[in-house]
Amino acid sequence: MTPEHSTALATPEDEMLHPVLDPGIEEHVERYSDADAAVGDRAYKQVVLCFGLVPVLAIAFVVVYFAVPADFTARLLGVNWHVHSTLLGLTGGLAVLLVGIGAIHWARQLMNDTEIAEERHAASSSDEEKNGFVEKLNAGIADAGVHRRGLLVSSLGGALGILAVPAVVTLADLGPWPTAAVRRETIEKTIWADGVRVVNDNNWLPLKASDLEIGQLVNAEPENLRELHGAAYHNAKAKAALIVVRMDPNSIRIPESRRDWQIGGILAYSKICTHVGCPISLWEQQTHHLLCPCHQSTFDLGNSGVVVFGPAARALPQLPLRMDAQGYLVAQSDFTVPVGPSFFERDSRNDFKDGDQ
Amino acid sequence: MMAKPAATAEQAEVLETHAPAPAGPVKKLGGPAIWFDERIGLAKLGKASLRKVFPDHWSFLLGEIALYSFIVLLLTGLFLTIWFKPSMGEVEYHGSYQLMRGLAMSQAFESTLQISFDVRGGMLVRQIHHWAAILFMAAMTAHMLRVFFTGAFRKPRELNWLIGVGLLSLGMIAGMTGYSLPDDLLSGTGLRFTDGAIRAVPIVGTWVEFFIFDGEFPGDAIIARFYMAHILLLPAILLGLIAAHMALVVYHKHTQFPGPGRTEKNVVGYPLFPVYAAKAGGFFFIVFGVLILMGATMSINQVWLYGPYNPAQVTAGSQPDWYMGWVEGAVRIMPGWESHWGPTTWSWNVFVPFAILMGIFYTALGIWPFVESWLTGDKRPHHILDRPRNAPTRTALGVAGMTFYGLLWAGGGNDILATQFSLSLNSVTWFLRFAVFVGPVIAFLVTKRMCLSLQRADRERVLHGSESGILVRSQIGGYSEPHVPISVDEAFTLTQHRQYTPLEATPTEDEHGVKLKGPGTVSGLRAKLSAWYSGYDVAKPTAAQIAESHHHGDEDTPALPH
Ligand code: HEM
Ligand code: FES
Repeated sequence: MTPEHSTALATPEDEMLHPVLDPGIEEHVERYSDADAAVGDRAYKQVVLCFGLVPVLAIAFVVVYFAVPADFTARLLGVNWHVHSTLLGLTGGLAVLLVGIGAIHWARQLMNDTEIAEERHAASSSDEEKNGFVEKLNAGIADAGVHRRGLLVSSLGGALGILAVPAVVTLADLGPWPTAAVRRETIEKTIWADGVRVVNDNNWLPLKASDLEIGQLVNAEPENLRELHGAAYHNAKAKAALIVVRMDPNSIRIPESRRDWQIGGILAYSKICTHVGCPISLWEQQTHHLLCPCHQSTFDLGNSGVVVFGPAARALPQLPLRMDAQGYLVAQSDFTVPVGPSFFERDSRNDFKDGDQ
Repeated sequence: MMAKPAATAEQAEVLETHAPAPAGPVKKLGGPAIWFDERIGLAKLGKASLRKVFPDHWSFLLGEIALYSFIVLLLTGLFLTIWFKPSMGEVEYHGSYQLMRGLAMSQAFESTLQISFDVRGGMLVRQIHHWAAILFMAAMTAHMLRVFFTGAFRKPRELNWLIGVGLLSLGMIAGMTGYSLPDDLLSGTGLRFTDGAIRAVPIVGTWVEFFIFDGEFPGDAIIARFYMAHILLLPAILLGLIAAHMALVVYHKHTQFPGPGRTEKNVVGYPLFPVYAAKAGGFFFIVFGVLILMGATMSINQVWLYGPYNPAQVTAGSQPDWYMGWVEGAVRIMPGWESHWGPTTWSWNVFVPFAILMGIFYTALGIWPFVESWLTGDKRPHHILDRPRNAPTRTALGVAGMTFYGLLWAGGGNDILATQFSLSLNSVTWFLRFAVFVGPVIAFLVTKRMCLSLQRADRERVLHGSESGILVRSQIGGYSEPHVPISVDEAFTLTQHRQYTPLEATPTEDEHGVKLKGPGTVSGLRAKLSAWYSGYDVAKPTAAQIAESHHHGDEDTPALPH
């Protein structure tokens, strides 16, 4: 065997590499607890004390469990303590800890601490074992008759391999397939539509243009969201959530194509970040910037929602607004582009880019 | 100099087997022990393993902490499953937490509140479970660093290293699926991130998203599916991998640090029974006890303060558990790059810091043992650990990796850094965008220098002894500090390691112009990388140099004691 592929544990060459010869295991140094019987006895008492406290704490645990009211809270060190849980943990935790401390103290102070050496054996098999193995392997192969009838193995392999196909196919119903038609009805669509009223996300009251002051931001939802329940409700809300802001029309840029999407500086944007989809919440009135709390992407609501900082790549979709007969804000249509985070099949050629008219 | 006599397992064995009647309280096996011996050969098993030797070092405890916190996770997790309802079905809350009465929420969230407020001990167990998850990941990470920096992953332990990388990545997924279960506002935000990250994967992303979430986000299936993964699939795989990991540790026997009497052919330490069993068993109770005390006194994941999940809300300053922090940081500092090619969107801003980064990270970890042995040409088995300074390039690469990880982790808290230190968020982010590339390079260079200086110091110490700290004034008025000799034990420890000669390129063609290939050949590139990897070591003193320096001994170069 070449040294390159040696499996031996150490070669004579290794020994030559040692400029200082191995002096052998260092002398055993006696501990205090061995040298001085009094120290040893003290350690002994300490270990027994550790173990002896465990039943006391275990009983305390049971008493706490039944005797302390479970909803009792107390204020201490500026924190509201859930007393039942804290006391259970303190008694139980200390009991468990003491078992450990006792055992380790015993091992370190009282058990024989002379280190001993054990021989290692190579992980690999000896040549004899390898040959023996090959022999048995050949005997088995001969018994199986595969060298005369070669198709046995390959057909079995093929048969086993192909079984993966039905197994994988059974997973095809994990979820609906996001074909173009399915996407159009799900991730590329929200429940906003022409005439759907914009309602306040807190009290569900419809928003009136005249209620909004310059600089104000309102979290809003489509009024028809309330008709939905359960998963349908959550799915719809996760896409339709809206931010309505009123800015001074003279201090913002409104491109020609979006002139009639707003009413006197009242604009509506998707609340769902175009990065990975957090609901955006932090509004800086002065700069018209909206900051996403998740990864700090910053969007300029005074400039059609373009990204001014952070990892997001696309402008926040804007919802075209108009006023209905009673003066309430309503949508003109759904969003013109899919809201939320990117996906591969998303056609992102129509998103607003800085400078578009 | 003679090797000191040392008790070896062999001698101990001789005493045990050949003595006519065992001396000790147990005269012979009886009762249930015999019953089992007649069925499963208990005595054979016990004789082979009872006095198995385990070396002792504090850093060997890190893996134990990981193992024990996993056991705590199993125990506390089992308790939680008794009450937890993995359903997104909507209910109205009527439990004993006043502030949420009458609120609509999922059954998952409701049952989490129930465990916290209506099941006695439930709050405690939830908190222990979560702290154990955090400790599990922390201990695994620290354990992996120990293995890396000491070269314990080298032959024959590469497979155990690979298992470890699997455990680390699966542990992360187990934690992630775990904190998604309560369906509170924070876990929902985490799920939203997961959804966005999955759908950003080119070509298959949307399909994977629909298959995992059963359609759109959030849908009503994800909690039940994550629950299956969290309590069955992942723990089963983890358990299997951990069992294999342990079995291999036993088969290979533990590595040991260099020292007198420690050779590649032996393992020096304490016997399993009783010392190691008491220490390791006791340590389990210490880890468990500390986790219980943490669960008692340090609240974590107070879901009732966040409220039920609402896709239109987010808790400000929301942070994932620490082990997701580095991915979070990468996602935060990544510039907003996206390609719109035809009707498709390639979301590099999410795909690169999430899927690609994790892929590269775990792949790099996984292949390292093989890369290193390719660089050094070393195919020997190793049971004596490296002192990190003696593998300077590896150590420097490790510190560079830690720096990269740490900077990304800082990126995960860029908003907190900005507010705590009154910096602008933009400058923190821009700084990190460059620092993640520059920082590791600096860390590499500095670490490598430091390792080489330490090697030089070792060499000096062996040749000239250690400084005595005593100033001596000579007759002519000069001052000097005499050196005292170091012990032969230490001298051996400082010189026993192997130093590599970089591989030399072999000819690419033989004399007939036929291309040479295959094992044994070394390409020019490999030779260059090998020189970069192991060509800078400070040569350790040779036996001749040591003898020489002692021969010309003045006070400065004392002889080794004999
Ligand atoms: C493999 C390692 C595991 C990790 C890293 C892990 C991690 C987590 C985390 C971080 C949570 C959120 C805890 C909270 O804040 O309440 C959690 C919840 C949970 N885990 Fe685990 N876990 C593990 C294993 C297990 C096992 C083995 C079980 C059950 C046999 C289990 C059952 C549960 C249950 C039922 C919950 C939700 C209950 C609740 O939040 O109150 N876990 N897990
Ligand atoms: S989700 Fe908004 S920045 Fe990432």
